[in-house]
Amino acid sequence: MLRKISATLLAVVGAIAVGAVALHRHEPINALWIVTAAVCVYLLGFRFYAAWIAARVLSVDASRATPAERLNNGRDFVPTHRVIVFGHHFAAIAGPGPLVGPTLAAQFGYLPGTLWILVGAVLGGCVQDMIILLLSTRRDGRSLGQMARDELGPLGGFAALIGTLLIMIILSAVLGLVIVNVMKHSPWATSTVLATIPAAVIVGLYLRLWRPGRVLEGTLLGVTLVLLALFAGGWVDHQPALRPLFDYSAVVLAGFVIAYGLCAAILPVWLLLAPRDYLSTFLKLGTVALLAVAIVLTHPQIKMPAVTAFTDGTGPLFGGKVFPFVFITIACGAVSGFHALVASGTTPKLITNEADVRLIGYGSMALESFVAIMALIAATLLEPGVFFAINAGAGVVGATPAAAVHTISSWGFPVTVEQMQALANAMGERTLFARSGGAPSLAVGMASIFGTTFGRGLLAVWYHFAIMFEAVFIMAVLDAGTRVGRFMLQDLLGHLWQPLGRTSWYPSVLLASALMVGAWGYFLYIGVIDPNGGVNILWPLFGISNQMLAAIALSVATGIIIKSGKARYALVTLMPLAWLALITTTAAWQKVTSPDSRIGLFAAADDLARKLASGALPPERAAVAGQLIFNQRLDAWLTILFTAILWFVILDMLRVCARRLRGLPLRSSSEAPYRVSRLANAAAQAQP
Amino acid sequence: MRRAARVLRRRAAAIWGWLRAASGDDAYERYRAHQAARHAGEPAMSRRAFYEDTQRRKWSGVSRCC
Repeated sequence: MLRKISATLLAVVGAIAVGAVALHRHEPINALWIVTAAVCVYLLGFRFYAAWIAARVLSVDASRATPAERLNNGRDFVPTHRVIVFGHHFAAIAGPGPLVGPTLAAQFGYLPGTLWILVGAVLGGCVQDMIILLLSTRRDGRSLGQMARDELGPLGGFAALIGTLLIMIILSAVLGLVIVNVMKHSPWATSTVLATIPAAVIVGLYLRLWRPGRVLEGTLLGVTLVLLALFAGGWVDHQPALRPLFDYSAVVLAGFVIAYGLCAAILPVWLLLAPRDYLSTFLKLGTVALLAVAIVLTHPQIKMPAVTAFTDGTGPLFGGKVFPFVFITIACGAVSGFHALVASGTTPKLITNEADVRLIGYGSMALESFVAIMALIAATLLEPGVFFAINAGAGVVGATPAAAVHTISSWGFPVTVEQMQALANAMGERTLFARSGGAPSLAVGMASIFGTTFGRGLLAVWYHFAIMFEAVFIMAVLDAGTRVGRFMLQDLLGHLWQPLGRTSWYPSVLLASALMVGAWGYFLYIGVIDPNGGVNILWPLFGISNQMLAAIALSVATGIIIKSGKARYALVTLMPLAWLALITTTAAWQKVTSPDSRIGLFAAADDLARKLASGALPPERAAVAGQLIFNQRLDAWLTILFTAILWFVILDMLRVCARRLRGLPLRSSSEAPYRVSRLANAAAQAQP
Repeated sequence: MRRAARVLRRRAAAIWGWLRAASGDDAYERYRAHQAARHAGEPAMSRRAFYEDTQRRKWSGVSRCC
């Protein structure tokens, strides 16, 4: 009875809040409406849709022994309490993606992004994560690529592998670009971010040499060190002698990031990668919690309109209409294919009971989606003029502050040079113009939330805290991504020449790492020299690749559901799959064929080539035009490749399903046979 | 008064235990307990060897995301 009352109450409050968010026009809306709507939607999705999927579609069986129980080795297969697995899984899936995407999509207004984050997560992302988690748990924690090979066929498996490798490259490049844009000509940000590297090394040495494995002590030490680095950075910023030592152009910083990526991939993990991850996880969880508390306490007004005129495709952050580009820009936070890689690997080996997948799979993604909502709030509470001045590239709004404010004000979003200068001073920066990539505007938004809650005098410290938090986060993804990419590349190269496949043979380690870093380093470099900021090209490419991976995961899931004789429930995965296929293909089609050079990659390359040939470009732009033209064509071909992989896997899945429906022989299911769980029995008997 | 202190101490110990389990601080003790229960008599790894081995395994697969 109580459950029914609480569910009804939740539904009513949720409906009112969603209605308020969707119908509010022409006056500022309070962020609390969005928060309330989001929380109600997640809870309803969890309570009803997730429970229904677990019971009917997946036939989750609490009496069935999980791999953690059957294969318990005290190390990676360990039955673990579901709350702890939830924490681990959330820490693994939550990256910088849900912070950047919603910020960029805010150019359409707050409404399109908010609605897509909520609907996409509840019906798509959470469902994908939970189903893949259960399917992998039933297959001893096998990876997505292995499941694709086992259940669809070798070609589907190979496509999944190539898709994964490519997404790692694009992801690393775009995230590298985001932190370069944060650090360029900012001695405070640069010195703080650089100082986190020796801090991580000290923690690494502490955890290996002095106090092996005392993770809590090491984390405490590391967090103290990075907070010291934060204040030291502020001090450096005020020393005329030290300042120039940390004042770098974007190209030099890109070199630093590339060198860091190479080091992290070839050094032993305990020295740099693992300790940095402890720091990043702690900062991540701490900051997300702090942000949630601060948003509720300050309940700021949203200043961005619900929908802006840029839904017609003329947006300054990236070109393209709201359909399909809002769905491409926000991948993480709504549906993220990358999660399927985490959900099929480490997490399934820790699950004590199948029934826990609802909390761990669906629940973690709902929380990650909530992080995306908070990022959207932090971006849209800024004055829209300020938001666009920070995020729009110089190539779009003009290279000088005067030109930029003129262009932005002419769109109906008034902003002045003095206002931007005052804001930059308050944040402890020289300028905030043209810092594209989403991170700086998010940091300004977070600083103003934190500043209002915990003391305005510290705005500059909060800004750089937010910057450091994002940078540590991003570098953790960069080094982990490069390392995994290295292993995958070594695996592939091993087929060409066997010794290259040995993961501990140093020449092979060096070669594969250099290839991986070289690949994303190339895209990073091009992004840095691009006068439009680079993010406008790379982020949509990342979105397309991430949605492609989600479509692969959903194809594998659909194939398995139909093979298991539950075709009547296949819509649960087919519906998000069809939507992703539609938006990804539409976006790819526009990126390739659009004659508008702000959207079409070939059109942009041709346009630039024409300008170069006619001598219309200023000398500094003519110098890099050749590289940009080549890169735009390369990106167009990559987009075509992603779409081809996507449809290849979908058709492979349809082939398998058609065989099943016609009663033809199929690969047998790779599910591990049922064994009764002793843990579940013991738990049931322990109940009074 | 003394009972309140005892309850408080027990609560603090429980929170500490959760924190250790969540962060992986107690991984070695759990491993030793597992070895003692299932593989008694076999040599167990040292704390340092276990830590290195855990990190190597953890970072050989996809364990961080966008």
